[in-house]
Amino acid sequence: MAQDGIGARVARKEDKRFITGKGRYVDDMRVAGMKHVAFVRSPYAHAKVGGINSEQARNMPGVLAVLTGSELVADGIGNLICGWMVHSKDGTPMNMGAWPALAPEVVRFVGQAVAMVIAETRGEARDAADVVAVEWEELPAITDPAKALGEGVPQLHPEAKGNLIYDWEIGDKAAADKALSEAAHVTRMEIVNNRLVPNAMEPRAALAQYDAADDHFTLWTTSQNPHVARLVLSAFYNVAPEHKLRVIAPDVGGGFGSKIFIYPEEVACLWAARKTGLAVKWTGDRSEAFLTDAHGRDHVTVAEMAFDANNRITAFKIDTIANFGAYMSLFSSSVPTYLYATLLSGQYDIPTIHCNVRGVYTNTAPVDAYRGAGRPEATYVVERMMETAARELGVAPPELRRTNFIREFPHQTPVIMNYDAGDYEASLSAALSASDYAGFGERKAEAARRGKLRGIGLSCYIEACGIAPSQAVGSLGAGVGLWESAEVRVNPVGTIEVLTGSHSHGQGHETTFAQLVAERLGVPIDNVSIVHGDTDKVQFGMGTYGSRSGAVGMSAISKAIDKVEAKAKKLAAHLLEAAEGDIEIADGEVRVAGTDKKLGWHEVCLAAYTAHNMPEGMEPGLKEGAFYDPANFTFPAGAYVCEVEVDPDTGHTEIVQFVAADDFGRVINPMIVEGQVHGGIAQGVGQAILEGCIYDAESGQLITASYNDYAMPRAHDLPSFKVSTTETICPSNPIGMKGCGEAGAIGTPPAVINAITDAIDNNDLSMPATPEKVWRALRAGAAPMRQAAE
Amino acid sequence: MVTVTMTVNGRQVSKEVEDRRLLVDFLREDLELTGTHVGCDTSQCGACVVHLDGKAIKSCTILAAQADGTSITTIEGLANGADLHPLQAAFKEHHGLQCGYCTPGMIMSGVDIIRRHEGQLDEDTVRHELEGNICRCTGYHNIVKAILAAAQEMHGEVRQAAE
Repeated sequence: MAQDGIGARVARKEDKRFITGKGRYVDDMRVAGMKHVAFVRSPYAHAKVGGINSEQARNMPGVLAVLTGSELVADGIGNLICGWMVHSKDGTPMNMGAWPALAPEVVRFVGQAVAMVIAETRGEARDAADVVAVEWEELPAITDPAKALGEGVPQLHPEAKGNLIYDWEIGDKAAADKALSEAAHVTRMEIVNNRLVPNAMEPRAALAQYDAADDHFTLWTTSQNPHVARLVLSAFYNVAPEHKLRVIAPDVGGGFGSKIFIYPEEVACLWAARKTGLAVKWTGDRSEAFLTDAHGRDHVTVAEMAFDANNRITAFKIDTIANFGAYMSLFSSSVPTYLYATLLSGQYDIPTIHCNVRGVYTNTAPVDAYRGAGRPEATYVVERMMETAARELGVAPPELRRTNFIREFPHQTPVIMNYDAGDYEASLSAALSASDYAGFGERKAEAARRGKLRGIGLSCYIEACGIAPSQAVGSLGAGVGLWESAEVRVNPVGTIEVLTGSHSHGQGHETTFAQLVAERLGVPIDNVSIVHGDTDKVQFGMGTYGSRSGAVGMSAISKAIDKVEAKAKKLAAHLLEAAEGDIEIADGEVRVAGTDKKLGWHEVCLAAYTAHNMPEGMEPGLKEGAFYDPANFTFPAGAYVCEVEVDPDTGHTEIVQFVAADDFGRVINPMIVEGQVHGGIAQGVGQAILEGCIYDAESGQLITASYNDYAMPRAHDLPSFKVSTTETICPSNPIGMKGCGEAGAIGTPPAVINAITDAIDNNDLSMPATPEKVWRALRAGAAPMRQAAE
Repeated sequence: MVTVTMTVNGRQVSKEVEDRRLLVDFLREDLELTGTHVGCDTSQCGACVVHLDGKAIKSCTILAAQADGTSITTIEGLANGADLHPLQAAFKEHHGLQCGYCTPGMIMSGVDIIRRHEGQLDEDTVRHELEGNICRCTGYHNIVKAILAAAQEMHGEVRQAAE
């Protein structure tokens, strides 16, 4: 095995530029003659847009142009789309309202842009945007999804009567109702999954350039999938033809889902670049990010879980209202349906599941995928229910889970998914052992002597990564294929460039992808470079989200390496006068097995390019491409244990221990995998005890629109984590990988809330469990679950 | 407009800027030192931390004019030629970064924390003193490890030099 191949803790190749300040993010880019954009945004959650008077703005220093929504629409720029068609249970397609990049007539959330100013400097653009006079006619607004349904409340889009986007279901309702009526015990809960703001540290930005001589556009953008951006911008928004548009996503400062989507600002900047002939750059500030980045989660759910007399689950019934915000974002329709309801079986063998989801418009920022995208919401419902049921049934929480674990694979759930491999007992045992679960009672007693309430909570999550196969998701309404592409270019000197359609915005692909190549071809990873994020270099790709880059992206690379390897072996066999089947490639050499006959890797590569001596009919060169379409999702799973101490005087929660035991299948770089888990846990802790995106119910104003008001997790909010992995190899891809990027954010929230509710002996607690909420729950003293069960 | 003169990473610079020019914009836009980042507009995130006369400050919270006559070190000036600063090396070794956006500010804050405590640091202190820097990727676990490791290494060097 190569020293820096699969399984090695290799320090990241990309780090040097980041630690020396040489990263190149979109706002670091500058092109000749570049001007700056500021957007004129709505101060109202819902309003009619009357006349826009930009005369004063146009006369401000440095101002070059003011462009409005009516001009954008008149120029034929298309509305933003949602790329996944979901049908209601009555067969009707989802009810989607129009979303122009600049609103010409009506705004539906605070921060929606109606016009843009182009000026010499960023400051001048912002000054002028402030004086663009818009005639607003304020309309009543609604922000609470549970109250938004039906007549008699503000209606957002004429296409969506009662603000209903779809009324969707999966599973067998009649069977679930029957099982519930016959159950020995039913656990019922109302569960709210709080709205979050993704908060990648780099705010979104776009730099658009138009070259009139070649009729060619270039867009630098903070994107997780530049190729999909190019496709959508050309095919649907009519801003540039696909073959004349280059989209570059250079270093991107985090995404967590929020940078998958195409946003109005990218559309508007490309349109403005052509209209004015100016290269224009917009860089959002943090307040704009809070107002306009796609938010995450925001579900209201009622769940019922039925048990028989042996504590086995007989049915699970879920009714969810999902808030979509004011417009349907690129993949939003799939998040509370096919990415959520299909994971409601959790790690458990549940014979009957029924889930109903109503998607709702409200006067809030659009909601779309955020780290985990549907799976955190599903896991939160399942694992809050399991812990609560255990308390009600008087069974130890690990035992109730063990009683219901799926133990045979493959396992077909009642909600589409076919789990291919897993060992849930292994993860749970590892987590219980690492957390000294058995010794908790002593620690609780010791904490009590110090006046603290100590609690412990469990979460056994499952997720589905590497969303696929293309044919299957197509049948469910997806507008894109979900394969990945790769090209492996071996140079005449034996160094290798790998072009991938996935995108790295912090996940370390330049290292892990090189590790795979090093492992397979026996070259040092420093001789491998990874090329991504530029549609002029990589022909097509689907980008990075849903923990797909390893399981799908690296599988495509693996397939391309297969082809390179086959050709190199054929050529070497010819050169060494040996049988092709006897050739092996390792340690930088191409050898005839069992002999001392060999060539250096670089000698074979050079021979491929000199082409002086090749087998009959072989083409010169050593460059191969592949597309990989997965046969199935992958199913990472794990067990998390959180231990907290609550201060009864203040309601403050301290996480005193956090243990994660994950099964990600094959691990390429344990150091990077651990880092991904750490980050995910931090976001999960954020959701559980700190973060909540709050809109004022009356005015629709965003109350939490800056870091002064939105509680981001900081270093002292978190402990050091104890993370480890167990391993069941994924059988459905050539590497055996499952994916690790979202696990922490999925598994953590229920573990934390289960721990806090255990500590305070009151199950009536919603996220984020702020000190005030915990303090009130402690003082309410009502309905502690153990009593309620009696 | 005002003319500001300062030493940035050992090089004296003098430029005319708008009165309202923030130091961070002066560094990024006028000097094209784009390693210092802007992550928020409320001085909360710390992506813009640089050293002013040897002390960590948020360069988004000070006007360029206020920094007139001072000596500024940015992330680009931290390494000694090809030799990384021990904290830069520790961030790489301990995987203290993912997307890299908060990293310059984290490192500049970390260097200041180590300096003020002369290497006598524990995890709790590091976590509390990183309050002004937000990272969304790492969960801080490895950042804390990197700062503690560099503190030990740098403190060891200081002790050796004193002996």
